[in-house]
Amino acid sequence: MMDWRQERTARDARLVRARPHADGKIVPSARVVDLLEAILQPGDRVCLEGDNQKQADCLARGLSGCDPARVHDLHMVQSGIVLPEHLDIFEQGIARRLDYSYSGPQGGRIAKMLYGGQIELGAVHTYLELFARYFIDLTPNVALIAGVSADRDGNLYTGPNTEDTPTVVEATAFKNGVVVAQVNEIVDRVPRVDIPGDRVDFVVEADTPFYVEPLFTRDPGAVTETQILMAMMAIKGIYAEYGIRRLNHGIGFGTAAIELLLPTYAERLGLKGQIATHWALNPHPSLIPAIESGWVKQIHCFGSEVGMDKYIRARPDVFFTGSDGSLRSNRAFCQTAGLYACDLFIGSTLQIDLQGHSSTVTTNRVAGFGGAPNMGSDPHGRRHPSDTWMKAGQEAGGTGDPALRRGRKLVVQLVETFGDKLVPAFVERLDALELARKLNLELAPVMVYADDVTHIVTEEGIANLLLCRTLDEREQAIRGVAGYTDVGRGRDHAEVERLRARGIIRRPEDLGIEPLDADRSLLAARSIKDLVHWSGGLYEPPAKFRNW
Amino acid sequence: MEKLSFRHTTRTALPGTRASAITGVVASGNLEVLLERNLAPDACHVEIDTAIKGYAEVWAAVVADFVARRQPGGLTITINDGGARPDTVSLRLAQGARLMELP
Repeated sequence: MMDWRQERTARDARLVRARPHADGKIVPSARVVDLLEAILQPGDRVCLEGDNQKQADCLARGLSGCDPARVHDLHMVQSGIVLPEHLDIFEQGIARRLDYSYSGPQGGRIAKMLYGGQIELGAVHTYLELFARYFIDLTPNVALIAGVSADRDGNLYTGPNTEDTPTVVEATAFKNGVVVAQVNEIVDRVPRVDIPGDRVDFVVEADTPFYVEPLFTRDPGAVTETQILMAMMAIKGIYAEYGIRRLNHGIGFGTAAIELLLPTYAERLGLKGQIATHWALNPHPSLIPAIESGWVKQIHCFGSEVGMDKYIRARPDVFFTGSDGSLRSNRAFCQTAGLYACDLFIGSTLQIDLQGHSSTVTTNRVAGFGGAPNMGSDPHGRRHPSDTWMKAGQEAGGTGDPALRRGRKLVVQLVETFGDKLVPAFVERLDALELARKLNLELAPVMVYADDVTHIVTEEGIANLLLCRTLDEREQAIRGVAGYTDVGRGRDHAEVERLRARGIIRRPEDLGIEPLDADRSLLAARSIKDLVHWSGGLYEPPAKFRNW
Repeated sequence: MEKLSFRHTTRTALPGTRASAITGVVASGNLEVLLERNLAPDACHVEIDTAIKGYAEVWAAVVADFVARRQPGGLTITINDGGARPDTVSLRLAQGARLMELP
């Protein structure tokens, strides 16, 4: 006789062991370690919610406080490795195996631990890829999540930073897993139900509010003239040419400069309503002037941003908000939107090679990916046309019946030829390859693959890789915008001039861009304080950005 | 400190009649460019005073590209550099040439 309910029986046993530490579903923060030791079993797959921004930090401290004799060999499956505790548990022997997406602040330490064999790495995923595996072969046994508030039935309000929570809970709760939520407060009635209570087994009232990282705030005061020049080129040479309405921006200063030029430079070019109307984007403060000037129709968000809550509440026509008025974000849906419903991704990177592969990995850091590889890839599952997508597809060439050709997503790398400390952004060989060799990884961690990149924009010009027909042309197109780096100076000057004559390389002067316009006076806001003014006082920047 | 000097011949004179212009500031990562129209219409001299040694080859390339693209005949260009990146130098030179062309 087959037992078809082994997982359900195991779940019931976990709940029975945990009950003594809870009052109904409510667990005091002092009992977190007891609770986790009761629920967890050696070898469990665990999602300790570490998002791009929101962190289940109280539960992370609790997990790190467990006795490794009782809780060990866990397999962590979570998008973000952000807090020190996320790695402490590997040193302690509580966790052994890791599948993740992003590790920005812990990138250096994770590389050391991988090298030292303290972490058994499954893979570094893109967000959608990891979420997808939650439902196929990386389903969590236990999810430790974070919310703003809960009622005694476990109904959960995640606040504006919903992020990964619905996806994590969906995979865990409906496949015999246990869900534990930490919240900032227990209330009689939550402002809105983001996660229904019957999916949440235990609620811990955290000792401190969960940590949120302000990842998406770029101070306009730090935008340089070179970045303004590049933003003008992107607007005139790409946004206007392809009529890009639906898009996603990366988080660098280059894209912040584009956002700040929409109400000034792009307005002067008569592009209002023609470009940048529909967005998959975190609520970037630098987009406030464009929103206030009527450029933006709507924005769906992966997560929120610190200080933007009041502003978002006051602009429900633009943002997705709940019945309570606050932002509803959702990383899985927004990533899907960015992948299938946007015509352009534009972002920065640290290294680009001669074919156009790009990577943010350096030899000592494994920062992971986050969203860029999903946004920055051409989705072969797309079937709906748009003028932008069709034009790009046409430029990419191809033969046969035009009705059988695909369009192409525009994937643009916006990169200054030299980064910090004169480190060149263009290289013959990516550091990611050396790292893969050192760590014995089967795949080098490439952020955006060469065959997905359509344009590279530097201060020297735009290279349109769609129009290149041979690998040699492609290499010279890349060298031709690589400035005074070794790669740039290694160009074949005659070939680069031929590519320029064919419009594959375009210089600022070819685009009719006035160098004198590359001035900070062109920015719609020149400081964080200007952004506060634009928002009518609704944007409340965190302390570290208040320099007045 | 390093002093560099480049002499170029141009095909044409830079348009405009403005006698001199100045752009930029001497600050870390920035530079000041003084442009004076005081040479024969097919000559351009560039004198550089830079805070950072060892980049003579890059300076030569940046200046040669600027001369080829803008044809700044007739100008003496004096640069006070505070360690600007090549992209900043190129932009500042282009801006200086445009200032000299304006009425």
